[in-house]
Amino acid sequence: MANQINEEQVKHVAALAKLEFSDQELPKFTKQLDDIMDLFAQLQKVDTDDVEPMVSPTDLVNVMRDDKAEHASARQIRRMLDNAPDAAAGLIKVPAIIDESGDGE
Amino acid sequence: MNFFDKDLNQVHEDLVNKKVSAKELTQASIDNIKDHEEALHAFLRINEKEALAAAEKVDEEGIAKDQLLAGIPLAVKDNILTDGITTTAASKMLEHFKPVYDATVIAKLKEQRFINVGKTNLDEFAMGSSTENSAFGPTHNPWNTDYVPGGSSGGSGAAVGAGEVLGALGTDTGGSVRMPGSLNGVVGSKPTYGRVSRYGIVAFGSSFDQVGWLTQNVKDNAYLTSVISGHDEHDMTSSDREVPNFAAGLNDNTNVKGMRIGLPKEYMTDAISPAVRKGIEDAAKLYESLGATVDEVSLPHTEDGIPVYYILATAEASSNLGRYDGIRYGFRAADAKNIDDVYVKTRSEGFGPEVKRRIMLGTFALSAGSYDAYFMKAAKVRRLIANDFVNVFKDHDLIIGPMGTDVAFKLGSETQDPTQMYMNDILSVTANMAGLPSMSVPAGFSKGLPFGMQLIAKPFDEQTMFNAGYVFEQNTDFHKQHPQLGGQN
Repeated sequence: MANQINEEQVKHVAALAKLEFSDQELPKFTKQLDDIMDLFAQLQKVDTDDVEPMVSPTDLVNVMRDDKAEHASARQIRRMLDNAPDAAAGLIKVPAIIDESGDGE
Repeated sequence: MNFFDKDLNQVHEDLVNKKVSAKELTQASIDNIKDHEEALHAFLRINEKEALAAAEKVDEEGIAKDQLLAGIPLAVKDNILTDGITTTAASKMLEHFKPVYDATVIAKLKEQRFINVGKTNLDEFAMGSSTENSAFGPTHNPWNTDYVPGGSSGGSGAAVGAGEVLGALGTDTGGSVRMPGSLNGVVGSKPTYGRVSRYGIVAFGSSFDQVGWLTQNVKDNAYLTSVISGHDEHDMTSSDREVPNFAAGLNDNTNVKGMRIGLPKEYMTDAISPAVRKGIEDAAKLYESLGATVDEVSLPHTEDGIPVYYILATAEASSNLGRYDGIRYGFRAADAKNIDDVYVKTRSEGFGPEVKRRIMLGTFALSAGSYDAYFMKAAKVRRLIANDFVNVFKDHDLIIGPMGTDVAFKLGSETQDPTQMYMNDILSVTANMAGLPSMSVPAGFSKGLPFGMQLIAKPFDEQTMFNAGYVFEQNTDFHKQHPQLGGQN
């Protein structure tokens, strides 16, 4: 087995997952993922024709609740904002989302 | 002092009779923790100030005879949200995160006026089998500090194993309470999926995660499980079934007469160390001598458990961990130039290697072109694994077997080989896949290190599991042996 996944694919999946790996990390990481994929390959031998997939052990279906907003106190909101990396005037501050360093390409 | 010699009832009596105050008891627990911290590193935070203040308040208010948990020091795994007390999930991503609410399990314990003495170490985001994946350094096994305490609730396992507390909360996605139970010589249980609310637990694999207890003995474990169980409107998968007082029936009359026990042949292969197999064979004989029947059964898809688990749990994790984007809370990388940069740099710098590995595996399994071959295939084999249990439980009340393949391994011995590390959980993950209650009880020693026996029961039949565990404990003395901390190495 092995060679289930290559460095190009790892880069593609990393982009989907919003992760990046350095050139030093990439070969080692690819090898580890490839080893694990080998483990996954054993499932292809299992006969699953007519088997219903199982996504949860619970027997509950469609548990409903009222679509009702719960209001946080001013103190709770202040404490929530304390957890934000950056905040001002009761709002979460984020970096500029458009790169302006590329002088208007 | 330590918490080896008295159970919850006895410590409670000492509090009621004022032989000891809640404050003195809490101080003793904290002193004990501090004495061992350098050797064990079981805790990420000792809540000294908060715990002593809470204990003082309990002393002022008084403790009535039926308030079993009032003033009792317990520890909490650091992926369980505690209002105002830092909760890191052992990740750089949440290093300074202060929750603004309590997990439901914590709220329930606070109603009983428990004392939260500290937050215990874990593998980052509960992903691991040795607690070596903590961003803040590994925990050591109290029986021999060169060895791992298991994972991911290794801090909770070591804290109970070292006698620092009567009990500690853990979470179990693929064995993360029960494996540290086995490797630290204590009791570790996970209830049925849906028995305990997951609200306020740092999410990992949401169709697998359950909260459970590590304790000194089975009866305390049963009692504490009842306290945290029950329906919660904040967790739509929590069950509204009635919660029995699991400890009420555990006494001199508890027995296993007529209990039909199955021992799966797939749990007793050459992959299991001879000492562990011998321990389980002895346990089977003991149960037979006490009036149970034990016969060989088969769970044919056991060997598919690891690939299924590492596809499905990582797929769920890759989705759950999408929330760590550096915007609303947690770590944010510096020098990001645009929105994509914020996400990519934050996540690449904030997550450790194992968490990245699992996000990558899960993202791959869910990605276009791989979804059917990996995610759907694994979900179908999960059904076959669950059906194996349904078949055995048609004519059995309980399944027993080894908890793990062996005793603890040495720190550092498996960190370079993720595949080898994953195989440690081969006997523990299937109970999570089927959502079944499962528990590890001390069942023997090999090379001076403890190992546990696993008990698995039908959905919502924790009582049978606790009964059988209690009877085993009453007839053995493995749980009475304790590590000699400070006298080793």
